[in-house]
Amino acid sequence: MATEHSRTAARLMVSPAVILLFLWMIVPLGMTIYFSFLRYNLLMPGMESWTGFDNYYYFINQPSFWAALTNTLLLVGGVLCITIFGGVALALLLDQPFKGQGIVRVMVIAPFFVMPTVSALVWKNMFMNPVNGMFAHIAKALGFQPYDFLSHAPLASIILIVAWSWLPFSTLILLTALQSLDREQMDAAEMDGANWINRFIYLTVPHLTRSITVVILIQTIFLLSVFAEILVTTNGGPGTASTNLPYLVYAQSLLNFDVGGGSAGGIIAVILANIVAIFLMRMIGKNLES
Amino acid sequence: MGQITLSAVTKTFGDVNVIPPLDLSINDGEFVVFVGPSGCGKSTLLRLIAGLEDFSSGKIMIDGKDATDAPPAQRGLAMVFQSYALYPHMSVRKNIAFPLKMAKLSQAEQDKKVDNAARILNLTNYLDRRPGQLSGGQRQRVAIGRAIVREPAAFLFDEPLSNLDAALRVTMRQEISELHQTLKTTMVYVTHDQVEAMTMADKIVVLNAGRIEQVGSPMELYRTPANLFVAGFIGSPKMNFITGAEAAKHGCHTIGVRPEHIEVAPGGIWQGTVGLAEHLGSDTFLKVRTETVGELTVRVSGEMNLHHGDRVSLGPQPGKIYRFDENGKASA
Repeated sequence: MATEHSRTAARLMVSPAVILLFLWMIVPLGMTIYFSFLRYNLLMPGMESWTGFDNYYYFINQPSFWAALTNTLLLVGGVLCITIFGGVALALLLDQPFKGQGIVRVMVIAPFFVMPTVSALVWKNMFMNPVNGMFAHIAKALGFQPYDFLSHAPLASIILIVAWSWLPFSTLILLTALQSLDREQMDAAEMDGANWINRFIYLTVPHLTRSITVVILIQTIFLLSVFAEILVTTNGGPGTASTNLPYLVYAQSLLNFDVGGGSAGGIIAVILANIVAIFLMRMIGKNLES
Repeated sequence: MGQITLSAVTKTFGDVNVIPPLDLSINDGEFVVFVGPSGCGKSTLLRLIAGLEDFSSGKIMIDGKDATDAPPAQRGLAMVFQSYALYPHMSVRKNIAFPLKMAKLSQAEQDKKVDNAARILNLTNYLDRRPGQLSGGQRQRVAIGRAIVREPAAFLFDEPLSNLDAALRVTMRQEISELHQTLKTTMVYVTHDQVEAMTMADKIVVLNAGRIEQVGSPMELYRTPANLFVAGFIGSPKMNFITGAEAAKHGCHTIGVRPEHIEVAPGGIWQGTVGLAEHLGSDTFLKVRTETVGELTVRVSGEMNLHHGDRVSLGPQPGKIYRFDENGKASA
């Protein structure tokens, strides 16, 4: 073990990085908290005044707040469902030996490298557009009325777009987990009379729980702050049908020029993220132990 | 019941012929050991019997019924794997009960059989633990327990002791032998360790490159090896092989003398210098560099005080010389 002396030295060496990280976090957070208590409107610069909790009161009591909160949770939940179930299914398929495995795997991973704005625009203009989109063409070819996804099912469409770009991530993690499953265990279960459904339920799923937990935790962090996809497709509309919390904060501060209200929304989003995190850790965090 | 017959079985992986046509019959209640060097196809043969690999051609009969196309679960065989292959997220009880659960037995019946198996294997106190909390020997016993509860026609063991330390290996070897005495079920056991083969088997099958070199009881193989390979593989330390002029004296291509059949005494026919002396206490293994027949391994009593550089005179015991022709076959 390290001596007292070397431990002190180690702490000293690490401290610049730790202090920098701490400042990196605390300065923006402190400023946001400070702004959230100010009456701070970009249309009236230099007129800032202390308002106490008014910003919070007005942010929460606007009708779009509750819509945005529901949309945020639906977005996170929907994308998680699609990526976990789809990811397990894809990983099981990709784990089978077949010709051209390497190329197919690279292609499956590819969507993850497409930037959110780009993928959202591709979906919006090339697939979901009711006049020129691929889906519209398919619908017309089959004799149906083309469906305007982004106006009639805006949130579902955004969930689809986001899920498409996150599916490779979960597939990749679950595939590596599958590959670490002991072959002899599978053979043993086969000898024990378990058919493939039983082998999946009793061996594969328990083996995957830890990776699924990791996928849920990581994805939740990123999905709570989905923004680019909404900005380039629906702009949060129609109405507030596809507005989530980050987008509402953006709208409040930069479309309504109310920096104080936006900051209050930001702080509320931070609190919400922490609540979700605590619940997640409670529910599934025990899978990460041992 | 547990009679297994393989006829003209072959297995190829791509272009590689792992097992050329092979016939073998295993009688009910026998303890059969497949032994051979690494990569000789013994594990593949076991997996073929288990049904985990498909035959390229040939037929397997289990208890008189053709089981060539039967899935593993319906062959009535149980297997113990080298890595034990326990289910890590299940308790010991659930591990042992798993085959019963798959067979849809009632809970009461499952409990009864699990408790019974646990009693036989001294696992009663560990039933609620996870495999990760057990020692190697205990895990091994859980794996055996999972095999026992199915009451199989035959047990298949795939190098079950190779992950254990030396002392535990001896204990588990005896436990498996005792289990065979108690259950009287057919057991097929794969190992590369000839000591395990010699001590446990009723019948040893020596395999080399997928071919069966010889089948027989341990003492048969020791006394009358059919060829050079078996002669070299069975017995520890390895048999000495001598070719050339000395072999020609006996009218054959190669002669073999076991280290324990060489006597160190004045007036022996060979003279040499001790190169290395390994003192085991009860015995001493000598490497003797002789002038006429090359290096010989000799087993002498531990009381004999010989060291590096000593001059010795030695010779084979009469009637203990094995003769082999130029193809390596034993000749009378």
